[in-house]
Amino acid sequence: MTTIELDHVSRWYGNVVAVNDVSMTVGPGVTGLLGPNGAGKSTILHMIAGFLEPSRGTLAVAGSASWRNPDILRKLGLVLDRDTVYTFLTGAAFVTAIARLHELPDPEAAARRAIGIVEMADAQDRRISTYSKGMLQRIKVAAALVHDPEIIVLDEPFNGMDPRQRLQMMDLLNAMGQQGRVILFSSHILEEVERLSGTIQVIVGGRLAASGDFRAIRRLMTSRPHVFLVRSSDDRLLGSALIGRPAVTGVELTGRGLQVRASDYGTFTRELAGLTRAEGIRLRELLPADESLESVFAYLIAP
Amino acid sequence: MTDVVNTVVMRLTVRATMGRKRALIFAIAPVIMLAVTALLKLQAKSPVWPPEFLGIFGFTVVLPLTALIIGTSVLGAEIDDGSVISLLGTPVRRLTVVLSKFIAAVALTIVFGAIPLYLAGAIATGPGSKLAVGLFAGAIAACFVYNALFVMLSTVTTRAIAVGLLYLLVWEGLLGNLVGGVRLLSVDQYALGISNAVANNPQLHAHLTLSSAVGMAVVVMCAALAFAARRLASFSLKGDAV
Repeated sequence: MTTIELDHVSRWYGNVVAVNDVSMTVGPGVTGLLGPNGAGKSTILHMIAGFLEPSRGTLAVAGSASWRNPDILRKLGLVLDRDTVYTFLTGAAFVTAIARLHELPDPEAAARRAIGIVEMADAQDRRISTYSKGMLQRIKVAAALVHDPEIIVLDEPFNGMDPRQRLQMMDLLNAMGQQGRVILFSSHILEEVERLSGTIQVIVGGRLAASGDFRAIRRLMTSRPHVFLVRSSDDRLLGSALIGRPAVTGVELTGRGLQVRASDYGTFTRELAGLTRAEGIRLRELLPADESLESVFAYLIAP
Repeated sequence: MTDVVNTVVMRLTVRATMGRKRALIFAIAPVIMLAVTALLKLQAKSPVWPPEFLGIFGFTVVLPLTALIIGTSVLGAEIDDGSVISLLGTPVRRLTVVLSKFIAAVALTIVFGAIPLYLAGAIATGPGSKLAVGLFAGAIAACFVYNALFVMLSTVTTRAIAVGLLYLLVWEGLLGNLVGGVRLLSVDQYALGISNAVANNPQLHAHLTLSSAVGMAVVVMCAALAFAARRLASFSLKGDAV
């Protein structure tokens, strides 16, 4: 079985530790590498791609180390965030050139097939410099697919895409995962990955914070405790009514309104409307107070 | 991937290099050289100007600058803008990438540096003259060694143009004239030595014999290219910004 294996991998730059003792096995199917910006996702992907040497630990892609081993690229397709492509080429010429560099027996046919998979046939004869960000990303995926690799690594593939392009890309990744390929992608936006099936690995501060089935982690996220700021026509009355509900774990009167801690996001938001109506209280404002990405990830990694 | 050079890489390199704005700069120095040569031919009285002017202006200005711009562009510009990652994402041997880019740079430098120098020599002393042929032979050698050096530099530093310029000005221009030993490690001296072996003209101010010029040129070129391939094999991305 084809896998990517990291065994106690660390990477540091001078005194700064970017990746700290990460071990994981990525098998066939879609795996998301999630974490806030600067968490170490790109560092991990660059090490897998052979563009960075691990400072410590061992890393194997399909059984071989990738650092200073370009042969691994026969089995590995890369879509990295940083790379720009030869924008003076047409999409078709670029993918064909990459097919030639892989020394494929029929580079034109391979390029056509890859461009077909990403649905870029209509735009393949335009220069890449005229492409939108979503089209550019798809032509890069075509170039990464052209040699039919078992493993595909994508760094922030949804960056700069509109919602429709994002769905298309997710469907594409899911389809490739179902074919038994190893698909590893990174993202710093949790909502981006809701339609992706498979496993996720959460990286925070260079460490592997959580890993497992995507649905389980997703459930954990939606049922996590939330802090809301509520302003109403009668905060004190609303507060006493709220504290009687099981979904509410704490209420505090503050100068700016009520600060409410809810144990369950869904139940609280559903109950609040009925409660205010029953008590004859007018709701003026409802603000989630801790919706930052960091707080979501922080919750995920809390013991 | 057993080929030493890869035609896809070479073609992409030539297109990318000529497509950049700096491609226009390639033409400036040779055009000035040809214009001044034509002017001197019409005006100058002294018979020693062709070797003096073409030896100095051609070998210490036109060729090194053209090679500097092209040699740092073929690989360095792609490392800067990230397009080299497309190449390095394929299993092409890193030595093959370096050699293909090097050959493309040499070809472009011959077009924009060595051929104009031959034409200038031909204007000055006639086509097929010893001087024109000698200049051309030296210029070809300079194209190879300079580009090997500048391709190597662009794998070491992102400021390859500045470092290359320092080498040309301080090492070749200043120290090369003051300290004899420096000449053994100066590319312009290899070129002049080779030119002089054909042209046999004392006004070229060549200081190296043919054998030492050729020997040193080959050693420096091979060492630079081998080092560049080693550097490229260890090409690293920065990972997350830290």
